[in-house]
Amino acid sequence: MEHILNMYNKRPNTKWIKLLVTAIIISLVIYSASGVTYKGIAAKGSDVAFGIMYGLTHPDVSIIFNFTKEGVPYLLAQTAAIAVLGTIFGAVLAIPFSFLCSKKIVGKYVAFVFQAIVLLIRTIPSVVWALVWIRVTGPGPFCGVVTQSICSIGMISKMFVTAIDDIDTGILESLDACGCTTFQKIRYGILPQLSSSFISTTIYRFDINLKDATVLGIVGAGGIGAVLQQSISSRRWTIVGAFLLSLIVAVLVIEYFSTRIRKKLARGQ
Amino acid sequence: MDKLTLFDHVFKPKVITLENGHQVLKKRSRKPLILLVLLVVMWVSFVVTGFDLDLIIKRGGQFFVILRKIFNPDFSYYKKVVNPLLDTVKMSLLGTILGCLTAFPVAILASSNINRNRIILVTIRFILSVIRSVPTLIIASIFALIFGLGTFAGMVSIAIFTLGIVSKMLFESIEVIDMGPFEAMISYGCNQFRAFWAACLPQILPTYLAQCLYCFEINIRAAAILGYVGAGGIGILISERIGWRDYNGLGTVLLSLFMLVLCIDQLSGYLRSKLS
Repeated sequence: MEHILNMYNKRPNTKWIKLLVTAIIISLVIYSASGVTYKGIAAKGSDVAFGIMYGLTHPDVSIIFNFTKEGVPYLLAQTAAIAVLGTIFGAVLAIPFSFLCSKKIVGKYVAFVFQAIVLLIRTIPSVVWALVWIRVTGPGPFCGVVTQSICSIGMISKMFVTAIDDIDTGILESLDACGCTTFQKIRYGILPQLSSSFISTTIYRFDINLKDATVLGIVGAGGIGAVLQQSISSRRWTIVGAFLLSLIVAVLVIEYFSTRIRKKLARGQ
Repeated sequence: MDKLTLFDHVFKPKVITLENGHQVLKKRSRKPLILLVLLVVMWVSFVVTGFDLDLIIKRGGQFFVILRKIFNPDFSYYKKVVNPLLDTVKMSLLGTILGCLTAFPVAILASSNINRNRIILVTIRFILSVIRSVPTLIIASIFALIFGLGTFAGMVSIAIFTLGIVSKMLFESIEVIDMGPFEAMISYGCNQFRAFWAACLPQILPTYLAQCLYCFEINIRAAAILGYVGAGGIGILISERIGWRDYNGLGTVLLSLFMLVLCIDQLSGYLRSKLS
């Protein structure tokens, strides 16, 4: 007991550090409060809030089961289609990038250049890419596909590079010792090590792209976003409610399945 | 041996008889089926999105023209960038702090080893996943209508977005902490709150702070585009420059955003490495 009390009294004194951190945080809050001005709720602000609530509880059911090109199912399918193609092209384009980013394969200097390019792709928000591509392809779902193919490269190659750097080269050496050809070494030594993490990353990116495709719609790149944004600004709340609810359900369902598949891949089945 | 699924009933597994008379089933590969489904989905997507490779080949050069202008930034525009950029930082800083503070109690209520009430637990988790599934830009455009255009709407939407992410990451890490010290203190006669304060908090705090910093990194990137729907910050400049086709000015905006993100990533990465 004596010993415990002794040790307890000798515990490191963190009072000053805690005080310092608190002071820094408080001063940051005060500093940033200068940039954010609360101008009160907008003229019809409370109407909007009630409208959203009303819309979410009384969604326009007819539009959810409307299977024409204006209905929810078609627009959701279009959003998903943008995400599917964007992810697949992004993943394919990311493969050469990720080999060029890996220090193990191309050496320090080349890797640095390509890592900088990948960082640049990741930092520029996808909306900006979309706004630039719209000037090239014109508005529509095709613009969304092209944008997502470019944007996905950034994150996918970052994850691929980690997988490539983790390759166990011992396996290649033992295949060499068995007298395997180069093709056999790639087929049985490298591909099995990379495939599961590549697929897992791609599925994860599909999750992200699905949400992102909605955002891209807002700037005019096809899918559900454009219609959702229009009905928000024209305050047709029952339609907003229908779109939001079906979007939430779709995202949750796809997230559930993608987590299940990725868990299976991680366990190696 | 796992049980046979529907797939194995349609495509019968190969039966191999071993030397000792035992029979082993070798299931058919599912790869052809997966490949077929993927091809069909891709074909449908090609049709639905109106994929047009000709357009890219014909007009793709235009993209590089714009890109060249972006990489040739107009530095005289720099003065106009500073204030919106600082606004973005302030907005995301305040939003992150607010969101992280609210996330703490929410995460405690959402972790199954502390909260034994199933109904509250499931409800809170469901609300959190709903929040995470709505894109930030949509949340921001709704709040821009409620609070009027400006940084306040942006701050609120960032706070809500942060609440969704940080709570999820935090309750996942609360669930794996060692509850031994907590139980020991309860058995010494501490009340629940003091036991939590002394036994659980020190285990959670470093992860919590690291998650807040990580979320701040994400928020800076997210806040940059919120201006597009009128929620303040540098996004207004981005959409304005693109609207006017002033790509040199856009280059300046993007360059300064890039520098800012780089600095904040480095700083937060350093702090996070100190925390762990």
